[in-house]
Amino acid sequence: MSPYYYLVLSAALFTIGAVGVLVRRNAIVVFMCVELMLNAVNLTLVTFSRINGSLDGQIMAFFVMTVAAAEVVVGLAIITSIFRTRRSASVDDANLLKY
Amino acid sequence: MITAHGIQSYAWLLVAIPAASALILLTLGRAADKWGHLLGALVPVGLFVYAVFLFFSVKGQSNRKVDLHMFSWIPVARFRVDAGLLLDPLALVFVLLITGVGSLIHIYAVGYMAHDPGRRRFFGYFNLFVAAMLLLVLADNYLAVYVGWEGVGLASYLLIGYYYTRPSAATAGNKAFFANRVGDVGLSIAIMLMFAYFGTTSFAGVFGHFGHGGNATTGVATAIALMLLLGACGKSGQFPLQTWLPDAMEGPTPVSALIHAATMVTAGVYLIARSAPVFDATSAARTVVTIVGAITLLYGCINGAGQDDLKRVLANSTVSQIGYMFLAVGLGPGVYAIGIVHLLGHGFFKAALFLSAGSVMHAMNDRIDMRRFGGLWRVMPITFFVFVCGYLAIIGFPFATGFWTKDKIIEAAFDKGGTSGYLLGIIALVGAGLTAFYMTRALVMTFLGKRRWEPDVHPHECGPVMWLPMAVLAVLSLVGGWLLIFGGGVQEWLTPSVGPSVEAGVHTVSKPVLTAITLVVVALGIAGAWVAFGTRTIPEEQPQNVTVVTRASRRNLYADAFNEAVLMRPGQWFSRALVFFDNRGVDGVVNGLSASFGGGSSRFRRLQSGFVRSYALSMLGGTVAVIAVLLAVRFQ
Repeated sequence: MSPYYYLVLSAALFTIGAVGVLVRRNAIVVFMCVELMLNAVNLTLVTFSRINGSLDGQIMAFFVMTVAAAEVVVGLAIITSIFRTRRSASVDDANLLKY
Repeated sequence: MITAHGIQSYAWLLVAIPAASALILLTLGRAADKWGHLLGALVPVGLFVYAVFLFFSVKGQSNRKVDLHMFSWIPVARFRVDAGLLLDPLALVFVLLITGVGSLIHIYAVGYMAHDPGRRRFFGYFNLFVAAMLLLVLADNYLAVYVGWEGVGLASYLLIGYYYTRPSAATAGNKAFFANRVGDVGLSIAIMLMFAYFGTTSFAGVFGHFGHGGNATTGVATAIALMLLLGACGKSGQFPLQTWLPDAMEGPTPVSALIHAATMVTAGVYLIARSAPVFDATSAARTVVTIVGAITLLYGCINGAGQDDLKRVLANSTVSQIGYMFLAVGLGPGVYAIGIVHLLGHGFFKAALFLSAGSVMHAMNDRIDMRRFGGLWRVMPITFFVFVCGYLAIIGFPFATGFWTKDKIIEAAFDKGGTSGYLLGIIALVGAGLTAFYMTRALVMTFLGKRRWEPDVHPHECGPVMWLPMAVLAVLSLVGGWLLIFGGGVQEWLTPSVGPSVEAGVHTVSKPVLTAITLVVVALGIAGAWVAFGTRTIPEEQPQNVTVVTRASRRNLYADAFNEAVLMRPGQWFSRALVFFDNRGVDGVVNGLSASFGGGSSRFRRLQSGFVRSYALSMLGGTVAVIAVLLAVRFQ
């Protein structure tokens, strides 16, 4: 199977994630879309690693996973605390930091 | 030029003592109120005694130019100004005039200002004036002259505005200051020219470039001379800067007598006579000086004839008499001394006239309108006598001061020769007639005729503190002129300073004939005034249906109106236009710039909407744009 299909899949996943970030209001969903984009990128890295026959891309994927795990911890904590104070998980409601 | 020795080395005290006295009187404040006037009056008397000794000390020498070097004032690279005094004949006659007449007027002022709460302040200013005036005449370089020049201007301003609660006095002080400022610019430009061309401002250094072996061109001489003349015109109240002098009469009468008649206003004549070598080198500038003198002497006479204010009559008379002096010093080599002689004589008789006018004012509750005087000779005989002495002196009555000094100027004007000589001579002659006219008018309206007093005045003769100085000046008015020219007199004495006095070999009009003509003209003036004012009743209110000349004379020949229309109004328009430009133009640009930045940024910050998703969209857009550009570059 040609590794290029993986690239196409990865592009599709990234697009879905990006659109999801832009159009969805719920913070949890936005958050999951961000994760989706990160994993799409991981897939690309692994694919290129396979194509080039080097391990660099796979190591990079591990790093991304580590960052994503940390991000989940911080992000979920923020979302939870916003939900507790405002009774809403909509990103449009949390717009106090502005002009 | 020899170095000062003996008592001459103490000449700097002439400036230092009155300056110190002024400092004491003005800084001690009320603590000095009790004795301030005594100190103030004692200072010039002491200086006069010293000046007499100084005079004889210099007179005893064969070389009558004494230099007293004090210290190096401004030593900057090539530019050196030394503070020094020049004790030469010209300076000494001025020192004697200033301290002598000054002493008399200071003593008079003790009585005149007796009821004034600010008498100490008055004497402080008065001593300040004496210090500045003595520095002016004693300095041996133009820069120090300038310091004295500004000093007397300051004292004059302070004293004109002495009654500062009166708006008219404050305005008159400002007017004098502005007119003097115009003149001072001329003097300062002259000094700058001297420095630019000669690199020095000392008299000896500058004059070395003129005359035999000098390298100054006529153009430079004319430029410097004309700028000096501008300065002289401002200080001496000469055309076209003459209008401040009559207004200066707002000050107390001793001020009018000392500063605005006898000494300060003659500083212009001093400056021109002192700069004789410069003026000798340029006939063009001398011609301008004579023209200024001739115009001013007629102007002063015509103005004096229409005033109802006694002091204003005398002020215009001062303007006119200084016009005579300018005419004399403008006639050039050989005539400078005559101008100075008239200056000294004028110092005597004009001081006498002013002091008697002050005595009249004192008696009439400070009212000065001659239409409400009349018949004062019976109640104020001493004042009347002094005024008559001054009157005889100024009109040139035979053997009084003016006869010796003023008539010499008329003679010298005719002796200039040619059409211009005749023209100047006739102007001077007409001036003599007009002088007789307005002085007779003042005499008749003040002292003779019916009493037209306001009901609440009770005139009385003044005390001896006032009439004694007046009497001395009256005697000097009668015999002073004769003393001044006796045996060559002052003219010969002045030779080392302004060159020998030369009489024309052949007179245009022979001397006895000219004297006769002058006396006839003067008699006509007196007769005219007697017919117009002596034989008729003088109305107590100013008559309104008068001739064009009288109307013009009452309004200073429209000189004030001219200054207002031509100088003041355009100046006001100009400054208003500048204010408009500043508010709308300069401020507009600055405010507009800040407003556009402020408005722009307040619109710009709306982009910070707080919506996370729109930030994400712009990040996505940015990323896509960057990638697109990279690809475009890669695959073009």
